[in-house]
Parts: sequence; C-alpha cells; structure tokens
Amino acid sequence: MSQLRVFLVDDHAMIRSGVRAELGADPEASLAVVGEAGTVEEAVRGILETKPDVVLLDVHMPDGGGRAVLDQIHGQAPGVRFLALSVSDAAEDVIGVIRGGARGYVTKTISGADLRDAVSRVAAGDAIFSPRLAGFVLDAFASGPAAVPEDVAEKALDLLSAREREVMRLLARGYTYREIGQQLFISIKTVETHASNVLRKLQVSNRNELTRWAADRRIV
Amino acid sequence: MVARVPACDDRWVTTAAPVRPPLVRTRDERLVSGVCAGVARHLRLDPVIVRGLFVALAFTGIGVLVYALLWVFLPQAETADMPGVAVKGGRASPGAGRGLSLDALRDKPSLAILLIGLGGALLLTQIGPFGEVQVLWPLVIVGVGLALIWRQVDDRDLLSRRSLRWRLAVGALVTIFGLVTVLTTLNLLEVSWQSFVSTLLILGGVGLATAPWWRRLVAERGSERRARIRVEERAEVAAHLHDSVLQTLALIQRHADSPREVNRLARGQERELRSWLYGHPGEDTATFGGALERAVADIEASYDVQVQSVVVGDAPVEEGLAAVVQASHEAMRNAARHAGVQDMSLYAEVEDEGVTVFVRDRGVGFDQANIAEDRRGVRNSIVDRMSRHGGSARITSSPGAGTEVELHMNRAAS
Repeated sequence: MSQLRVFLVDDHAMIRSGVRAELGADPEASLAVVGEAGTVEEAVRGILETKPDVVLLDVHMPDGGGRAVLDQIHGQAPGVRFLALSVSDAAEDVIGVIRGGARGYVTKTISGADLRDAVSRVAAGDAIFSPRLAGFVLDAFASGPAAVPEDVAEKALDLLSAREREVMRLLARGYTYREIGQQLFISIKTVETHASNVLRKLQVSNRNELTRWAADRRIV
Repeated sequence: MVARVPACDDRWVTTAAPVRPPLVRTRDERLVSGVCAGVARHLRLDPVIVRGLFVALAFTGIGVLVYALLWVFLPQAETADMPGVAVKGGRASPGAGRGLSLDALRDKPSLAILLIGLGGALLLTQIGPFGEVQVLWPLVIVGVGLALIWRQVDDRDLLSRRSLRWRLAVGALVTIFGLVTVLTTLNLLEVSWQSFVSTLLILGGVGLATAPWWRRLVAERGSERRARIRVEERAEVAAHLHDSVLQTLALIQRHADSPREVNRLARGQERELRSWLYGHPGEDTATFGGALERAVADIEASYDVQVQSVVVGDAPVEEGLAAVVQASHEAMRNAARHAGVQDMSLYAEVEDEGVTVFVRDRGVGFDQANIAEDRRGVRNSIVDRMSRHGGSARITSSPGAGTEVELHMNRAAS
C-alpha cells in the first residue's frame, strides 16, 4: 500500500512538529508528511504545489484561518481532502470549516493513533465526526419547524432522517463506527454512508437556522 | 437637636481610620444643592451650623458669591454606592430631630430654589433700577424656568433620560416666556429683539469660522474614548490571564515531576479559560447544560479522568432535571472510581418531551447480576433517585466491555 501524503497547516510550529511526530510514529509508516505551512498564503501555495492526499487544517489562524484556505483552494485541487484539527470548540468555527468543505473535524487532544486512523479514513472518502461535532449537528438540525422549503429535494436536505439522527446520537455518545454498526445491526459501510450523507447535508443545506444557529451560539 | 458628627458615623466612612470625607456636594442630605451639607460633612460640622453661617454671610453678599462658586465648582457626589464616597443611601427620617418643614424641603429641592428665587426677585424689585412691582411676576417666571433647568442639569448622570429632556425643554420655554414678559413690561422688547438678532448673527459667524476646530474636537474626543476602552479591555485581559493562566503555569512548573497533577492543573485551566473566552454555559448553573458542565468539571478535578461531554439543547433546571444532574454526577463518579480508564463520555440531549443522559466508559465493566449486592451506591443514588423523581435509569454493563448508564426524565412529568 502506498503512503498517504499529508500536508500540515497550523500557525504554531510546536503543534506542527507534534503532529508530525505523531503521524510519523505509525508502526506501518503509512503516512508521510509532504509539507507544512504556517500562514494561509503559504498553505495555499504549498497545497497546490504538492497536491497531498489529506490536509490537516487548523481552524484558527491569522488572515482568516482554515476557512480562508478552503475558500482559496476551492475547486483547484479536487483530489485533496481536508480534515480540520483545532483546539477551538466554538460552534461557528467548526461549522464554518465543515461548510467550507472539510471532511471532518477532530480536536487537538485526539490521540496519535486516532489521528492516524482519522487521516486514513478521510483519504478513503469518509466523514470524520468527533462526538462534539455530532453534538453540533444534532443541535443545528434540532427539531422545531424548518423553514418551509419550496421543493421536496430541498426539504430532504434540511432534515436528518431518523437513521441519520440515530447515528449522530451514537457518535455523540462516543461510539465508534464499528460499535454503531453493532448497535443498529447495520454494516460499518452503511454507518459511513449515513455519516457522509449528514456531512453533505451540513455542507449544502440552505437551512437558515444552521447559519443563524452557528452565529448565535458562540459555543456548545 | 442632636448634633450629628458625620465622621464618627460609620454610615459615611468605609475604612476604620477616620478619613476626612471628600469635599463634594451630597445628594441625599441636601436642601438646595448639597453645598452646605457637603461642606459640613467635610469639616465634620453639623450642617445646620454651616447653613446658618452661609445665611449670615449672605447679608454681606460674600455668602451668596461663595455659595454660588461652590455650587459651580464642587463635584456632585457620585451615586451612593460608589467607592470612595461611601455615602450609604437613606435620608434622615422625618422627625429625626429635625423640623418637618425641613424634611419636606429635603425631598423637594426645587421648592427651596423657588423660594430663594422669589426672595431674590422681590429684592431686585426693591433695590433694582426698575422699582416697579409688575416686573416681579415675570422675574419669578424666569426664576422658575431657570430653577427647572438647573435642577435637571445638576443631576448630571440623569441627563440622558428622556423625561428629563422634556423637563429641560419646558424649563427653557418658561424662561424665554418670562424674559419676553419682562422685556415687554419694560418696553424694551423692540431693542432687545434687534440686539438678539445681531448677537445671533455674530454667534453664527463665529460658529461657522471655528467649525472645523469643533469638528476635530469632537472627533478627537471619540477616538480618545475608543483608545481608552481598548486600554481598559487590554488591562482586563492581562489581569485575567495573570490571575489564572500565569498562576497555573507556575504551579505546573512546580509539579513538573507529577504528571497526574500537571494533567489535572492543565485540564482545570483549560476549562476555565474556555469558559472565559467563549462564555461557556458552565458559568451558568441555572441551566441544565451549565449544571452538567459543572458536574463534569468537578469529576475531572477530583479524579484523574477526562470526560468528553456533549450537550445538545438546554433548559432551565427544574426539580426533575436537578435529579438528573445529580444522578449523572454519581454515574460519572462510579465510572471514575471503578472503570479503571481515564476517558469517559457524557452525552445529554434536551428535547421538549424529555431529557436523556448517557454516561459511558470503556472500562472493566461488571456483572449485572451482582449489582444489587455490592453496588448499593448505584442502586440508591442513580436508579432510586431517578424513579423517585418520575424518571428512569438503565445500566448496561458486562465485564470487559465497559458500562453505560442511561438516564431519562420526562419533562412534562417534572
């Protein structure tokens, strides 16, 4: 199996070297850090140059943070997947990068093994939900009448299906995909599909409440 | 009459040391503008003596002048609870060794001013160049208008109130009306009108000529204020960081050889800093989410564990919800003590119908057949507590697979 090429974006050199060490500690050496950047400008240039498989993206940086990187790269590097890595718990930050196109969000307190696992899964096209992100999703798509959308397709985007809600709940409770599959008697692949669908809804939903919620609610 | 010696009265002095009260006009003691009362307080004399003195001096004219100057230059005492001034509220109650009429005056300083104005106007008609009695009433009207304006402007901090602006406007109108009447009575209206217009023109010209300067003054004042606010904010941030983060960092350095302690300190500090930065609901224990966060903080501080907590939705803490918080606390404590792992997760969901909380660990677990025997704590503090308040608790555990406690409470029932 070829190595996954990872690019690090964080304005703190200490965090970068820490993450680099953790990714390198993989016993199978399946991950290789191909570059790192400390500013938005450097990140955009570096990512377009190296075309990595996965970008680990800090949410909070000067000059606009991870969201600015996502917006500037937008469409120019289709094969590159982004995973947000942040100390921030602020809802608007998290929802912001997810809506900007990141495939998931993990906090910096994540263990090395979990981080490596998350990177590989993002590279494979999965969505990564930390329990907290799952909580944000449930909160954002909480009950209450959704703004009445014009057509049915749009409406489907503004609501989570019962199954998706269930998956999100279990994720928020700290279950792994495998455990969720066991609990709901479905395959891991199905769980992954549900998670990806929720991520897509989070990204493309027009639901007004979503943005307003993220703005109103400084933190959950 | 009992002589009151302000400095010996602890109503006015916050510190034990006998400090001379600052020379300010007081509001709660005043009859007219608070000058005499303020002076008396500063000199630690009875206000009556000072007032008598001023009245006596008034006959020489000096008293009036000094009084007027003091009125203008003495700052008014800030609100009663301001530090430094330490004027505790409450006026002397009627009949507390003082004539009732004085107390009536105390409540209505405008009345006192009105009386003084009336006296002054009378005096003017007697000794003034007009000598005509019919000028008296117009002068009184002017006095009333001025009194209205002065009274309002005197209470500087109230200036922004809306009703006050109305009173000011009425005062101005009354004053103008009085002035016009005076002038009419004296047949000076025509002349005055001309000089008024010319004065207005001159003032307008001067105003236009100096307009850029005024504008700059206003702008400078604004930017100065912004700068000051920034400095203050910075000082507040610095003070907070000093009190919290720097202290914790110092503690961490001292405990560098004890990873457990360092962990605990770092977590506690992180939680505290986050709540300060983001206005975390952990601050607010009146809500269910806030109370849960506090329980989590308590567990993390008491045991060497980390709780991943996710709370969806929120509600005020009702009686039933308080029981849920306590049961969750107990469930986390059990997990921290017996599970043998350092991580656990708490998930709470608040919906309109009810509240559900999950506390989960991946620790050693236990055989549920034994729960009634050696885990009385669980039964009493979690299961019984929940059912007492109309809720339910379900504990899922098996050896090696960790434990999950599910708590549910209907909100309608609580």
